[in-house]
Amino acid sequence: MIISVASGKGGTGKTTVAVNLALALEAGQAVQFLDCDVEEPNAHFFIKPQIEESRDVFTLIPEIDESRCTYCGKCAQVCAYHALAVVKGTVLVFSELCHGCGACSLLCPEKAIREVGKKIGVIESGRAGEMAFLQGRLDVGQAMSPPVIRALKKRLDPGRTVIIDAPPGTSCPVVESVKRSDFCLLVTEPTPFGLHDLELAAATAKEMNIPCGVVINRASLGNEDGTIRDFCAAKEIPVVMTIPFDRKIAEAYSRGQTILGAFPAYREKFLELFERVGKIRS
Amino acid sequence: MKQVVVISGKGGTGKTVLSACFAALSRNAVLADVDVDASNLHLLLHPEIQERHVFKSGRKARIDAAKCVGCGLCLPLCRFDALVEDDQGRVRVDPLSCEGCGVCFHVCPVQAVTLEIPTSGEWYVSHTKYGPFVHARLGIAKENSGKLVTEVRKKAGEIAEREGRDLLIMDGSPGIGCPVIASLTGTDLAFVVTEPTPSGLHDVERIVDLIRHFEIRAACCINKYDLNHDNSDGIERWCRARSIPVVGKIPFDPAVTESVVQGVPFVEYASNSSADEIQRTWRSLLSLIGGILG
Repeated sequence: MIISVASGKGGTGKTTVAVNLALALEAGQAVQFLDCDVEEPNAHFFIKPQIEESRDVFTLIPEIDESRCTYCGKCAQVCAYHALAVVKGTVLVFSELCHGCGACSLLCPEKAIREVGKKIGVIESGRAGEMAFLQGRLDVGQAMSPPVIRALKKRLDPGRTVIIDAPPGTSCPVVESVKRSDFCLLVTEPTPFGLHDLELAAATAKEMNIPCGVVINRASLGNEDGTIRDFCAAKEIPVVMTIPFDRKIAEAYSRGQTILGAFPAYREKFLELFERVGKIRS
Repeated sequence: MKQVVVISGKGGTGKTVLSACFAALSRNAVLADVDVDASNLHLLLHPEIQERHVFKSGRKARIDAAKCVGCGLCLPLCRFDALVEDDQGRVRVDPLSCEGCGVCFHVCPVQAVTLEIPTSGEWYVSHTKYGPFVHARLGIAKENSGKLVTEVRKKAGEIAEREGRDLLIMDGSPGIGCPVIASLTGTDLAFVVTEPTPSGLHDVERIVDLIRHFEIRAACCINKYDLNHDNSDGIERWCRARSIPVVGKIPFDPAVTESVVQGVPFVEYASNSSADEIQRTWRSLLSLIGGILG
């Protein structure tokens, strides 16, 4: 089973939920953890894996063979991303705009374009105990994270229970991370920000046809839990876990401690969470 | 007009809460929410929308099933796994995966593919009691958030020009990718909000690298600094070594959450030491803008 953890809003506790769920499950089954928040991969601070291998991620960008090029302009014309421009006697390549689709090299009538790799990030893999751990890391200054996420997800091991820590937001990096999950956990907090972004995240999961459940983090006794629950009831999305607002949890997090490490009684709660997800799916 | 972007790397460090406070404390600013993916600033500024604009961007392939002859020529050429073959050998497009490159369109021998420009979101020009506000909403699971950010900034700049406003305050998005780069380029100051956690520390390093990559001045603020004094000291030392001024250290304060629940900028909700510290942070920020740019 592939479970992704997403949220819309940043800082609601995606990594906390993903990490603790993975650690709780690890004793009983083979688990693989994929940190798909490649712009800010942070799960390793809590899982503390031994990184055994690091592989660069490349995207393909065009390289022009000036000896064959006739400056006909076909490549610039077919490039959907304006990554090529042909001006008198030269072809300019704006590699940061290139999506690596290959249209230019495929359609060049002179076969004057070949594709070369440009490094945009890295995939690091290793293990923490029995858990297989992989994370992507986008190079600083690179704009496009989806190719790094795609490269990371190619290494997904369907033989294990896979936990995916997704980036915040609702656009392409989230879609790439959550795609083909069996279940998506949406982590939110009981504030108007949390509710607003939960609505977006739930709509994203729906658009992708992925069943989801909500984890309310920093839940208090107060008012706002109710609005989250009302929303979930109206959309028929189950609330699968609540984690109370507790300064002690925030402090443990600030020391790089997991919830399970600081409050071992939570192991049972995360196992229940997994069980609930399994029941919803069946 | 000077431009400040409030940014963080890590999500949930307090960008929007601080942006709203700065909006409330400013006198002659234009406000913009450049977190178009998961925008929240409007929940504190309560805008009256005056203009709505449709944002159309990117392309998506569509295959006319009646025309597709199932030759399969396009299938191996799609680099985005966006083409799916059905039982009859006909091909359809998964719009969530399609990046609109047009390779399928160009190679199709029977012209079964069309490229459509979808509506990817909306953007708005609004009135708030703190000044004009430009914000947006990217459609669900849509792309090109960077282009929408650029659109929002362009409009906010025009308003500032027209109304003679001297500051643009932008609430940024988490991460270091395309929308963040679009919000950073050409700004005068990046105001980094971080927190004293391992993630906060790590992400401040990455966002500062990015800010420097674009040769933009940075200032830093540590939110919830008293959660972990050792980490806060570490962030301060790290910033000092790079000549990045730490202009604010705001305590962990549950009243901040209450102010968000009430939908009010924190400096208007509470008068306590945290609110005082945010006021001081704002004054430091203003003198910094005046100092480095004046």
